[in-house]
Amino acid sequence: MAKREYSFYPGCSSQKGASSSNYLISVQTMCEELEVQLNEIPDWNCCAASIGYAGGGELPRLTLSARNIALSEQHHPGQDIVATCAACWLSTREAAERLHEDQSLLAECNTALAEAGLKLRNETPIKHMAEVLIEDLGYEALKARVKKPLEGIKIAGYVGCQTNRPFGIAGESYENPKYLDKLVETLGGDSIPDYEKKVQCCGGALAFSEPEKSQEMVKGIIEAAYDHGADLIVTPCPVCQMNVEVYQDQINQTYGTKFQMPVVYYSTLMAVAYGRSAKDAALNGQIIPAKALDALAAK
Amino acid sequence: MGELNTAMIERYRNSFLKEVEANVEEGEWVKMCMQCGVCSGSCPLGKFWEHPPQEIFMMIRAGKREAVLQSESVWMCTSCYNCIVRCPRELPITHIMHGLAHYAKRLGLVPKTNPTAKFAQMFWDNLMVKGRVNELKLGLALYFMNGFGDGIKVALKNQKLGMAMMKTGRMNPKEAFGGHAVKDLAGFHKVLKKAQELEDARIAQNGPSAGA
Ligand code: SF4
Ligand code: SF4
Repeated sequence: MAKREYSFYPGCSSQKGASSSNYLISVQTMCEELEVQLNEIPDWNCCAASIGYAGGGELPRLTLSARNIALSEQHHPGQDIVATCAACWLSTREAAERLHEDQSLLAECNTALAEAGLKLRNETPIKHMAEVLIEDLGYEALKARVKKPLEGIKIAGYVGCQTNRPFGIAGESYENPKYLDKLVETLGGDSIPDYEKKVQCCGGALAFSEPEKSQEMVKGIIEAAYDHGADLIVTPCPVCQMNVEVYQDQINQTYGTKFQMPVVYYSTLMAVAYGRSAKDAALNGQIIPAKALDALAAK
Repeated sequence: MGELNTAMIERYRNSFLKEVEANVEEGEWVKMCMQCGVCSGSCPLGKFWEHPPQEIFMMIRAGKREAVLQSESVWMCTSCYNCIVRCPRELPITHIMHGLAHYAKRLGLVPKTNPTAKFAQMFWDNLMVKGRVNELKLGLALYFMNGFGDGIKVALKNQKLGMAMMKTGRMNPKEAFGGHAVKDLAGFHKVLKKAQELEDARIAQNGPSAGA
């Protein structure tokens, strides 16, 4: 089978030495196994995420995403853009849609881009990696590669906000998306379809500016996973992963809880199920070790 | 910025709704709100908002200009999009909230101590320097945003976390010097400067100097 190629937008948090660098490593491993080739958009810039709005007005923010799409169209013509970060995907796709609807904004955007010799045609589909897996490849293809089924591992599928709303995955509902549960089953693990916090907000960027409020929400997400007997939580979003994993110590201090719940990316699960090493699956990037996966990877 | 605020009050004396429609991103949607309250009930941070979204929209129509633009509430949105997908009238609520926040900032009306307003501005400033966000510098700036003494306290509280992030390769102290950047930085800055000029020109058209 010929390799599928995508124009890849990795985003700031996946850069070397950044907070979701472990995500990128496991995505690369997963893509090797699935024969998906990711061509990084040359010289991409930050998308301003969902928090750039104080300093950045509408046009400057849209122009950030427009520059990335224009670079992709120039260097990787005909390839769909794929992002691994939910916020990157959302900002980029939102910008493309806004510029599609408003021709005067598009014209202004192109005037700005022309300063660097760029032009936006705005004809490129913008996808999240979860869409590529589920819509482009499909569960059958994902299952075919499984070498070490995640047998006996109980996994809470935490979809979060921005991979789910407002665009989401085709055929899935906003209130009760099931694709992560199906993915867990596809990999041979035990899913928790009635995990009631699956689309609860983690606080996003407010984890930094309003930590008490955000940590209260995260507490609910983890508690529910324990109530269902989960061994770990899986998520498609780097903001969710970070917020739910790394503040557990602080939450334990505030609330007297004893949380130690590993939170992994879907790509880490897949890398392990596809028989790759702990290092390739980026299990060493866990602040709370995912012991069940470590053990399976070592087998 | 005080001047722009006074000019806007002059210009839209009779209608804060019109002011919002003309100047706030997606503001033209506000009048479509039917006050059902679904957004307020769906908002994860709802209980912390002095004025949840439905109320903000009602206040805009009632002309409560200062109460809206000076509120902490417009800075409480986490961009979770819960409200957007549920609103029966399809208002782009998330974007209106961010638009109101940005407009309040432009007019110099943001509550001085609001942490999200500060963080959001720092994020933008950080990304404007090199085209990519430097998490370490952003983190340091965040710790020290309330002054040096406070910064040390916050930093100490997060010290254990910082060590864990470093050990797992998810934070790199070297980022404090140099760090990731776009290569065509000159081009990047030119493009963004132009975008800002065009945006300012559009706002000026709605603003005080427009031939009203
Ligand atoms: S859900 Fe929509 S229509 Fe209902 S109060 Fe909120 S904004 Fe208005
Ligand atoms: S997008 Fe913002 S306003 Fe809407 S529900 Fe989420 S936090 Fe509340």
